[in-house]
Amino acid sequence: MELFTQQVLAGIATGGIYALMALAIVMIYQAIHHLNFAQGEMGMFSAFVAWQLLLWGAPYWLAFVATIALSFVAGVLIERIVFKPLRRAPVFSHLVVFVALFAIFNSLAGFIWDFTIKPFPSPFGTTPLFGAGLIGAHQAGMLVVIAVVLVALFLFLRTTRLGLALRAAAANPESARLVGVRVGWMMALGWGLASAIGAVAGMMIAPIVFLEPNMMLSVLLYGFAGAVLGGLASPGGAVFGGFLVGVLENLAATYVPVVGSELKLPIALLLIVVVLVLRPYGLFGRKPVERV
Amino acid sequence: MTALLSVRGLTAAYGDRRVLNGLDFDIAEGGAAALLGANGAGKTTTLRALCGMTQRAGAIVLDGQDIAGRPTEEIVRLRVAHVPEGRGTLTAFTVEENLALGAITRPAREAAADTERVYAYFPVLKERRQQQAGTLSGGEQQMLAIGRALMLRPRLMLLDEPSFGLAPMLVTELFEMLDRVRREEGVSLLIVEQNAALALAITDHAYLLQTGAIVQSGRSEEMLADDGVRRSYLGH
Ligand SMILES: Nc1ncnc2c1ncn2[C@@H]1O[C@H](COP(=O)(O)OP(=O)(O)O)[C@@H](O)[C@H]1O
Ligand SMILES: [Mg+2]
Repeated sequence: MELFTQQVLAGIATGGIYALMALAIVMIYQAIHHLNFAQGEMGMFSAFVAWQLLLWGAPYWLAFVATIALSFVAGVLIERIVFKPLRRAPVFSHLVVFVALFAIFNSLAGFIWDFTIKPFPSPFGTTPLFGAGLIGAHQAGMLVVIAVVLVALFLFLRTTRLGLALRAAAANPESARLVGVRVGWMMALGWGLASAIGAVAGMMIAPIVFLEPNMMLSVLLYGFAGAVLGGLASPGGAVFGGFLVGVLENLAATYVPVVGSELKLPIALLLIVVVLVLRPYGLFGRKPVERV
Repeated sequence: MTALLSVRGLTAAYGDRRVLNGLDFDIAEGGAAALLGANGAGKTTTLRALCGMTQRAGAIVLDGQDIAGRPTEEIVRLRVAHVPEGRGTLTAFTVEENLALGAITRPAREAAADTERVYAYFPVLKERRQQQAGTLSGGEQQMLAIGRALMLRPRLMLLDEPSFGLAPMLVTELFEMLDRVRREEGVSLLIVEQNAALALAITDHAYLLQTGAIVQSGRSEEMLADDGVRRSYLGH
């Protein structure tokens, strides 16, 4: 029983990271209706920026906030410079740009900071919590950070006028434009937010997987799995899907002997395929209603 | 009366297919005009062209400023409200959110008072304020669409077939309400309508559109009495 509780808690902790990635993916998907394959690499790059700031002597939380702010600005700039001109371009152009962004961030990080694996500090320490070591201090702190991010984003989207405008622009750009919403800027805002959320995911996962240019690869795939599970149309669904993937991944690795840690990733991917075959619009997604 | 909106040589196209062939028309400050014509004549396209939703050329002068080159979002900021064909409200958003969006370009303080003003026009919307727009009846959705437009405190309202799909009694009510908005708040109106008799009753000027060109225009009561108009658009 204790093993079970421990694995569920660990699953919730890493699931929180997947939830953030899934959320970032959905925010951009809602703005441009494409999956951002570079989301993980953007988060990785943000983590490197934080690491650099720490190396220069910045206190942890200052580096944390500064990294989020820089990542937000970078996300906005990527939309303005790269994706705004592509708005009416075919799917293939988007695909090429995503792959290019992926490769650029990956190689740039390797070029600037090299490919050696680096330890990344946790602001919460590494001691196990709760005597029995049910969950580590970092995992616990990470969950708090994730909860704060999710609540803040929820409040922003649900209670502010800017959040309302952002949601309207995603739901129906033409209708939003007719009330004066600057839809282009809302897309840039969506990119900024996604990039900032990805930065939090990168900084929180780095103490666990260690810092290196390929650290986000599997995290991104789990994030996709979570986003798809939840249905790409729903931020809440994506968050739930992310947590679910984290828990399932841990339980499968613990209780299904053949799975082990090597097969964790394929299990997640299998999950995507199975869900999509059974429910093409995800667990919470609905078939889009045709506009007449 | 001076013209609030003055349109000269307006053309519009979808791809390389030209749909409007140089329209000239005016709407007086505080006035109301009807745009009549058969299906496919280009009425919807005219409204879309006015607020930057299609490719267009020509002069569109609103209160002295040429707005022909401006994007929709900026034209809205000059307080031109468009109630599009098919209503265009956000179906997955609540009534309250749709109204709040209508005032998104205006100071938050004023929006609250304006919401009450819209509820006074359409009390049923207040009862339904937490309901998703998509769950409203056709008539209620049309009220919401007009309410959302009123949240802008428009000086000019463009209405695309507001009577479409509504029960006759509701249509009469809706047109009386539009007439009130114009008289009490000085909002100028441009109404596209299939129901020509109703549109002519609350407008002072009318334009007849045929395959992208204005073929006849005049005072609404004269148009109502005109034999040609009667035969083509009033069915008697
Ligand atoms: N999105 C579009 N793409 C191509 N042609 C269009 C489009 N919308 C309308 N049209 C064409 O433009 C002409 C005018 O249409 P419209 O303005 O909708 O007429 P009305 O509102 O008077 O019925 C019609 O011939 C119609 O087929
Ligand atoms: Mg039409």
